[in-house]
Amino acid sequence: MSTEGNGFKSGSNLEKILKAGHFAFTGELGPPRGNAAEEVVEKAKHLKGMVDAVNITDNQTAMVRMSSWAASLLILQEGLEPNFQMVCRDRNRLAMQADILGASALGIKNMLCLSGDHQKFGDHPNAKGVFDIDSIQLIGMVKKMRDEGKFLGGAELDGTPKMFIGAAANPFADPFEWRVYRLAKKINAGVDFIQTQCIYNMEKFRKWIQQANDMGLTEKVYILAGVTPMKSVGMAKYMKKKVPGMDVPDDTIKRLQGAEKGKVAAEGIKMACEQIEEFKEMKGVAGVHLMAIEWEHKVPEIAEQAKVLPRPEV
Amino acid sequence: MIVAKRKPFNEIKEYIQDYKKVLITGCGTCVAVCLAGGEKEVEVLNTELDMARKLDNNPLATGTITIERQCDVEYLEKLDDLVKDYEAILSMACGVGIQFLAERFPGIPVYPAVDTTGMSANLAVGWYEERCRSCGECVLGWTGGICPVTMCAKGLYNGPCGGTNNGSCEIDDEQPCAWFKIYERLATQDRLDNILKIKEPVDWNDQIPRTLIQPGYKKPEKDTQE
Repeated sequence: MSTEGNGFKSGSNLEKILKAGHFAFTGELGPPRGNAAEEVVEKAKHLKGMVDAVNITDNQTAMVRMSSWAASLLILQEGLEPNFQMVCRDRNRLAMQADILGASALGIKNMLCLSGDHQKFGDHPNAKGVFDIDSIQLIGMVKKMRDEGKFLGGAELDGTPKMFIGAAANPFADPFEWRVYRLAKKINAGVDFIQTQCIYNMEKFRKWIQQANDMGLTEKVYILAGVTPMKSVGMAKYMKKKVPGMDVPDDTIKRLQGAEKGKVAAEGIKMACEQIEEFKEMKGVAGVHLMAIEWEHKVPEIAEQAKVLPRPEV
Repeated sequence: MIVAKRKPFNEIKEYIQDYKKVLITGCGTCVAVCLAGGEKEVEVLNTELDMARKLDNNPLATGTITIERQCDVEYLEKLDDLVKDYEAILSMACGVGIQFLAERFPGIPVYPAVDTTGMSANLAVGWYEERCRSCGECVLGWTGGICPVTMCAKGLYNGPCGGTNNGSCEIDDEQPCAWFKIYERLATQDRLDNILKIKEPVDWNDQIPRTLIQPGYKKPEKDTQE
């Protein structure tokens, strides 16, 4: 696959961790709504040494933020490995390929290919959504650039971007029966790793991963289970009611409600850590993707409690 | 059919505020059926404009006519003599008709009185739902007769995305998820293999103005005498 002959597709830290069979642990960082580089650096400090790679979101929830490649570069300079997210909503195939080349030139080695939340949710709700290609086609495009050394249009590339290609999977959105086939399509398109939607409904997730195991899919792709600790009862209720494709069982809310006053967040972290313990043992799960939204400073505590430290050196 | 909705009255009024003689032109086909720009709507607009301009002490002389199709040269001929008496034309046809009118009478300003909103099905009187974006490469053969280009808010070709919410689209509970419906229909017909295959990036056919000449036909020769 690789032209470097080392057997790696990109040689990113995340790829090496996964290939060595370690249980991966990735984090997430949302770029600021302004040009404050120091804000990115500050958030990154909390994540350093705690995670194998950090997802840098791309205009998440369709709110304009510092570009994901730029914030990726900022954390790269801090000694962290970025997982450069790219959504199909904001760029056509020309701009995407240009940014993939630029990202690679800057030393970015992982990327996550996403459709993107609809622009209606953001701060420019009447913007024109691009969706020139979709997330599955984006995976195929990056793979073509990396493995065939060709642009989507077919012309030869002068220097190929070595990317470890990621994508998302939501085991909870319906139709549930189709979700594992959608995963299979992403694998056929060429994805190397998957990060799932935040998991709360463990029973449904176990069913989904079982299907993926039965179909042999987990032998072809690394699946990182998505975990987001609940900070409060309000957050749990909001996610249940307002976030499309999110499955928050009533039991999750009840358990948070049962926590002592002032200890709800601690209970949320405890629940997340219990999940992580189960994922460590779960066949087909290669790691955890921790989305501690605007809670980056809590990541060291969560990583410690989840017993995923120290991160392996590869 | 092509559907349209009337523009806000004040916008129409503002377009023609400096004219004293305006011809309001309806179209008897699509926009008449969808209750936006047929004979009846022409008369309603005429009455509203007449009243509003009288109140402004700026009376307006109007003429009204509804022709069969504004997108067809055969019917436009009827207007050739009539338009000479007017300073401007308000067209209540779809965007095609408005442009065709403006092209035929290049010396007279033509203004739109409706906004064209797409190609829709008539679900009940006055209720229309868009069903086709005229992308130029019909996918309905493998999507169970449901158009993701039109009905999926992201126009995805390999859906459904992760935002499907109890069969609804993430943008609105009232909007069904196209890919959920496609899945259901194909499952019923035992045709899910149709969407297991990856649909490669689309060669968009609608990025330049399109001309269509049916097989066996050709563009008329240009008159060399001119």
